[in-house]
Amino acid sequence: MPSIILFAPLVGALICGFGWRIIGEKAAMWVATGLLFLAALLSWIVFLGFDGQTQQIQIFRFIESGTLSTDWAIRLDRLTAIMLIVVTTVSSLVHLYSFGYMDHDPQWREGETYKPRFFAYLSFFTFAMLALVTSDNLVQMFFGWEGVGVASYLLIGFYYRKPSANAAAIKAFIVNRVGDFGFALGIFGLFFLVDSISFDEVFRAAPKLAETNLTFLWTEWNAANLLAFLLFVGAMGKSAQLFLHTWLPDAMEGPTPVSALIHAATMVTAGVFLVARMSPLYEFAPEAKTFIVYLGAATAFFAASVGLVQNDIKRVIAYSTCSQLGYMFVAAGVGVYSVAMFHLLTHAFFKAMLFLGAGSVIHAMHHEQDMRNYGNLRKKIPYTFWAMMIGTLAITGVGIPLTAIGFSGFLSKDAIIESAYGAATPAGNFAFWLLVSAAVMTAFYSWRLMFMTFYGTERGDKHTHEHAHESPRTMLVPLGVLAIGAIFSGMVWYNDFFGKTSAVETFFGMEQTAKAESSHASLSLIGAANAAENGKEEPSSSHDGEKKAAAEPGKGAIYRHPDNTVLDDAHYVPKWVKVSPFIAMLLGFLGAWVMYIRRPDWPAKLAENQRPLYLFLLNKWYFDEIYDAVFVRPAKSLGSFLWKRGDGSVIDGALNGVAMGIVPFFTRLAGRAQSGYLFTYAFWMVLGIVFLVSWMTIRGGAI
Amino acid sequence: MISADLNIVLPELILAVYAMGALMFAVYTGKDATAPLILGSTAALMAALGVWIAISGSGAATAFGGAFIDDGFSRFAKVIILLSAAAILLMSQSYMERIGILKFEYPILIALATVGMMMMVSAGDLMALYMGLELQSLSLYVIAALHRDDQRSTEAGLKYFVLGALSSGLLLYGASLTYGYAGTTLFSGILETISDGKMPIGLLLGLVFLFAGLAFKVSAAPFHMWTPDVYEGSPTPVTAFFATAPKVAAMALFARVAHDAFGTVTADWTQIIALLSVVSMFLGAIAAIGQRDIKRLMAYSSIAHMGFALMGLAAGTMFGIQAMLIYLAIYVVMNIGTFAFILSMERDGQPVTDIDGLHQYSKAEPLKALALLVLMFSLAGVPPMVGFFGKFYVLQAAVDADLAWLAVAGVIASVIGAFYYLRIVYFMYFGEERDAIQTPMNAYNWAALVGAAVIMVAGVVNLFGVEALAAAAAETLVN
Repeated sequence: MPSIILFAPLVGALICGFGWRIIGEKAAMWVATGLLFLAALLSWIVFLGFDGQTQQIQIFRFIESGTLSTDWAIRLDRLTAIMLIVVTTVSSLVHLYSFGYMDHDPQWREGETYKPRFFAYLSFFTFAMLALVTSDNLVQMFFGWEGVGVASYLLIGFYYRKPSANAAAIKAFIVNRVGDFGFALGIFGLFFLVDSISFDEVFRAAPKLAETNLTFLWTEWNAANLLAFLLFVGAMGKSAQLFLHTWLPDAMEGPTPVSALIHAATMVTAGVFLVARMSPLYEFAPEAKTFIVYLGAATAFFAASVGLVQNDIKRVIAYSTCSQLGYMFVAAGVGVYSVAMFHLLTHAFFKAMLFLGAGSVIHAMHHEQDMRNYGNLRKKIPYTFWAMMIGTLAITGVGIPLTAIGFSGFLSKDAIIESAYGAATPAGNFAFWLLVSAAVMTAFYSWRLMFMTFYGTERGDKHTHEHAHESPRTMLVPLGVLAIGAIFSGMVWYNDFFGKTSAVETFFGMEQTAKAESSHASLSLIGAANAAENGKEEPSSSHDGEKKAAAEPGKGAIYRHPDNTVLDDAHYVPKWVKVSPFIAMLLGFLGAWVMYIRRPDWPAKLAENQRPLYLFLLNKWYFDEIYDAVFVRPAKSLGSFLWKRGDGSVIDGALNGVAMGIVPFFTRLAGRAQSGYLFTYAFWMVLGIVFLVSWMTIRGGAI
Repeated sequence: MISADLNIVLPELILAVYAMGALMFAVYTGKDATAPLILGSTAALMAALGVWIAISGSGAATAFGGAFIDDGFSRFAKVIILLSAAAILLMSQSYMERIGILKFEYPILIALATVGMMMMVSAGDLMALYMGLELQSLSLYVIAALHRDDQRSTEAGLKYFVLGALSSGLLLYGASLTYGYAGTTLFSGILETISDGKMPIGLLLGLVFLFAGLAFKVSAAPFHMWTPDVYEGSPTPVTAFFATAPKVAAMALFARVAHDAFGTVTADWTQIIALLSVVSMFLGAIAAIGQRDIKRLMAYSSIAHMGFALMGLAAGTMFGIQAMLIYLAIYVVMNIGTFAFILSMERDGQPVTDIDGLHQYSKAEPLKALALLVLMFSLAGVPPMVGFFGKFYVLQAAVDADLAWLAVAGVIASVIGAFYYLRIVYFMYFGEERDAIQTPMNAYNWAALVGAAVIMVAGVVNLFGVEALAAAAAETLVN
């Protein structure tokens, strides 16, 4: 069954991409979509029926070279199962959605065929993403990793007549190369030290790696930390974390379904998946984890702040994605990988929905993307409005504080914030405060988007507003399905991902820490308030007995170091910590309400008063400009120097000189020597023999 | 005793007796009217002998007191010589008929030359060497001038004869010096006198002169000057013959002398060979660029190819000889295919050899153009054609023998040389509209052209086992 899930999209891509001339455009698209729905259905069956035991399914021998021998195999554990449903569900819905969205695209002339190509790319992407998440070894993962990179490149540049789309595609590809270089180095390093690339071997060797030192660049490093860091560089690129984030907003040049599928729900979360997958390694790399926490928190804050002032509806959501990925990395960094996966899951639902909703708005507004030209659309496109409303409620984290009732984002985001506090490290505290302020901003920009789009007065082209229309059913059905996920996915799986330590352990097939759990239970019964106050002290002491019984890394889907008690600690954080994200959400909502409903003239005034700050945010902290000055320009000038001087003058010049000057000269010389006269020829022979005899008598080995 | 000797030289004996019998037959019957018959029977006999030697030959034996050697090496060379001579004979018939020079002497002379070549590759003695060489050369002088009403053909024959005489003089001088210092003409005897690895200066001079004479036969620079003129002037079938069997025979003889007579002093002669090799490669590559006549171009091409074959010999190792033999086998096949095409080139019924006629050829004859493209790529040494592997083997042999500089020079020369092969391809596919040529072919020529092209592609798989055969042959020579 997992092999069918994996290969169905590939078959779909091949049939759709190459076979559409034979079976027709519509049929090709339905084949691709149908196979995706099949994969999605099977994925849910696998996910719901999965018992937590890791399985490996061999498919074929992949590489056999020296000591590097590996199978192409599917590693089916809880992580894979989660990713399977996320990928196939969102992908199949996006396929369906694209029927409506990609119809009559103004980028293409009448009669041009572009849809089968689009569907083939989407299906190919899905295959690559599934290859990534089902991989059983690092090289297979790298295959999927690069495969999704290629698909992303193709899809961002799908409107290849638009120069900006091409530029964005190239940018995405190149920025990702930087990350992939780190990832590849990490793989090489692991193979170098472990002599294997299969996850099982690597995980088993993780404790040893923590005691190994490795010389890299100028100094010695702890092997586990260094390799974990290098792998994380790859994750940074794919998941658009700070410093390598610049491609994600530009990637919005692609069609909106692509943004929903690749640049929100699936591919960009591959970095988070990587960190979770490699948890046995990260558990032995505390410094690398700390780095992840800092960077994730900074990204969450940075991206949210930029999102405050963007006017392109897709860019707002793109920065929001970037920011939410930062949240996930914080969770992974503090050691609660299950929570990271939790947010990944819920985020996939609500963010895909937000994107598809935005696509629906764009579709309704004739491909207008600037929110300043929207306004008062809720009556015209009611279904889209309600979908977006649900998405906004989910992302801002609406729910009932101190209970497990709320939209999906409420549960998963709060879990991350509590975990950050519960980590009780400087990095954790730093992350906690940044994430809470990011939550304020998240609420602000999300509601700003809602208010600018659906409330207020109609702005922009009157004609466009008059013709605004609700999207076809193929676009609304995916919105509805995702809405269900956005509302309920948090509540359904809260305990399995975060709420109860024992449930989490069962869910992910980890070693049970039953004793610790029972002692917690008694603790919380005896003095819940007390435990809540000093939560982080007591659980760790109660874990002392468990340290010996450390699980072997790689047994379950996620490994937890015996010292890692953050998941427990996060349950006992003070109440004010638990309530803080909710308050942040309210603050953001009120701010947006005041500025865009109550006093719509304030934003302009504020921008005027705080012009430097406004410009700073509007220009995304000037990252693009700095990169342009530091990397792009010097690289370009070096390139043009090597091209014009090095290649043009030196290499071409030398070659042309030889090919057009020296060789013809000798050719003429040889032609002249060939005079046609016998005596010349005889003379040459005599010269030859004279030379040979002299040579041999002078230099030869004669006595 | 004598019967045992005769048994060993049976193939040569058969061919020689056949040649004389055929001569009598033709003279006393229909003269030139019998030419097609004799041509056919000669080709058939040579092919049959070739197959017979290939199948039946085993072990090593000497005859006539060591003057004649029958071993794996000589058999390998003989098979190539016989089969290529037979193929060229069959290919030449229609051309000779067209220009009216299909004389009965032609196949007989070819047969005699072939006997000479078989003698050369089996020579175990300086006198046997000279006998074979002269039998071959004298026959070739005559057939170069076969078209005796044609000024260029007679000029070619004369030039070849005079220069050939000079080279024979050099060779004989070397042989006499060698005999004077070694006291014997037997190769094994010469080897014995220098078994300590030290060479008296007189023997060294003898070696140099011997090699100079042999270098003339393989047309290695600077003893190559006759090649372009003779190739251009001779009737095209004769040129095709010159480019194939005699080259193999002379190279094999070269290797025979070098290893059998001077095998203990490889360090002395490898430097001569390396020098000849590098000069030949560069001269062949550079001088051919200026040629517009495809026969002259092929002359320079064969000079360059002989340079590469000499590279294998220059390595002075068993692997070097193996590489050389592989190279020669591939070279012969490529040339048979290419000449099958050249033989058919004509404009308004007149044979032409100008490469300008090839412009836009692919439009008219896509299949033949493709076959020629494959052959040209192979001659240039473009992978994955078989010609690349020939070069690869000799380069590897040179590198293994610490002659990396020679290998590097060879690569550079082959890059330069690629220009004129690729220019022909360029003309055929991207040339401008010109006065086009026609290439009517009979079945033999068509089969030779397409067959050679197919071999050049299909041989990539395992070179048709030639590699192992060449290794076995090389083993019998170098030990």
